[in-house]
Amino acid sequence: MAMIEIKDLYKQYGPITAVDHVSFSVDRGEVLGFLGPNGAGKSTTMKMITGFLAPDGGTVTIDGRDIAKDPVHVKRLIGYLPEGAPAYPDMTPAGFLEFIAQVRGFSGAEKERRVSSTIARVQLDDVVYQPIETLSKGFKRRVGLAQAILHDPQVLVLDEPTDGLDPNQKHEVRGLIKQMAKEKVIILSTHILEEVDAVCTRALIIAGGKLTADGTPRDLEARSPYHNSVSLRVTGAAPNQIKDAFSNMSDIGGIEEEQLENDTTAWRIRPSKGQSIVAKVSDVAQRHGWHVEELHVHRGRLDDVFRQLTYHQQSRT
Amino acid sequence: MRNVWILFKRELSGYFATPIAYVFIVIFLFLSGIFTFYLGNFFPRNQADLLPFFSFHPWLYLFLIPALTMRLWAEERKSGTIELLLTLPMTMGQAVAGKFLAAWAFTAIALVFTFPMWLTVNYLGEPDNGTILAGYCGSLLMAGGFLAIGSCLSAITKNQVIAFVITVVVCLAFVLSGFPLVLDFFRGWAPQVIIETISSFSFLTHFNALSRGVIDLRDIVYFVTLITFWLFANAIIIEMKKAD
Repeated sequence: MAMIEIKDLYKQYGPITAVDHVSFSVDRGEVLGFLGPNGAGKSTTMKMITGFLAPDGGTVTIDGRDIAKDPVHVKRLIGYLPEGAPAYPDMTPAGFLEFIAQVRGFSGAEKERRVSSTIARVQLDDVVYQPIETLSKGFKRRVGLAQAILHDPQVLVLDEPTDGLDPNQKHEVRGLIKQMAKEKVIILSTHILEEVDAVCTRALIIAGGKLTADGTPRDLEARSPYHNSVSLRVTGAAPNQIKDAFSNMSDIGGIEEEQLENDTTAWRIRPSKGQSIVAKVSDVAQRHGWHVEELHVHRGRLDDVFRQLTYHQQSRT
Repeated sequence: MRNVWILFKRELSGYFATPIAYVFIVIFLFLSGIFTFYLGNFFPRNQADLLPFFSFHPWLYLFLIPALTMRLWAEERKSGTIELLLTLPMTMGQAVAGKFLAAWAFTAIALVFTFPMWLTVNYLGEPDNGTILAGYCGSLLMAGGFLAIGSCLSAITKNQVIAFVITVVVCLAFVLSGFPLVLDFFRGWAPQVIIETISSFSFLTHFNALSRGVIDLRDIVYFVTLITFWLFANAIIIEMKKAD
């Protein structure tokens, strides 16, 4: 049985269905990226996984226990960073983490050890005695992360862990997530797609409360219309000649002109069914004796897949 | 129990981490002094007791305690820390109890600081200190009632001002229902049972005896029941409202 089993999860806010019969499971060692436009139901799903909200239907089972039946036990297994990394503004990081450590059941030397090692891990040393309300966004986020990882949980749920951080801080947080990935189950939500490539082993796309895709980042990229498309830049060939050369080939789904500059033209050539066409394109170029300046294959971008899968739902709501 | 204690400590130290504690205690002492010595005719009465002091407590609490409780859950909801608190391995009951008890302990501290009042009467005469102690216990018990109402009502909104106003209104209803003015209004036409029911809900009715040093089990049961009821409602309201 997988570490986290989610079956038929359902949540309604008044007339709006926020989460619509979502099922999936996650196992140890996986870093699951939860993608979706704002208001797609990412946060609501995470709130149900962590036991903050009770679902209107369906079950969340963690390590074989139903969170509705045994909430306190299951909450012990989870570390949770809520959206916006809330923390008590009057407290200092030291006092706050001490409080969390106590609630998590640590005391005495073990508590001190946990607090200080967590502070070191998220590099909070410089600000431990400053009230949290005076800290910068990056530090506040680290306090939130520290609170979530302090008890070394088996399950880590992070709601937009890098939102609002600068590129360096994002890099640090991602490094931290990767470090912990091996022995834990990590679920994180984001709408930054590069993040999925950077840290996730698997991605779920959710739109309008429904799961619309589930796979490795590579799998998802392959669903892009531009997967295996080829960029070609040539000099000394008439645009019409180039278009004609590709227009009748069965493997070619389409050709778009991207740039025109004096003698040089750049093209994007798409395969008809995602197959590899780079060999054919270079064949054609050689046969016609074009002077090829650049030729490269695209994996397809998650952005395109994301838009394709979520745009419809978003425009409807 | 351990969780209640941990949360209790965090909350109580939270009062002293901000100016709330100092402002509250200073205003409380200042007003209770004014009320006792000027409005309560402490000296002209020429009696060594603290009745004038205690008899103004319902009115003091009416405005000061909602100011203390308005942030209990409203702030927690507004800042999102409620999500943190309720995903920790702790039950809703423990969370409600920890916060309530901290607020109660804080009012107890404020009450302790009124000890100069006690010293004054002991200097001026020979009061019955047992009666005074009973008065303090009664006042604390009544404060618990105000606090439970305030804690519950602060969970219905994210806005502290709204929480404050609603709490004052509800507490006012609880205080006034024993006031002769209100009871006289009903006395002309309503049957005795209804008048007694209304007056039995009043803080004043139950506190009056306690402030005179008469410890009646019924008054204690009244306040304990009231506190339990409002805290129970508090937990239900948090459960209902936490999603929005």
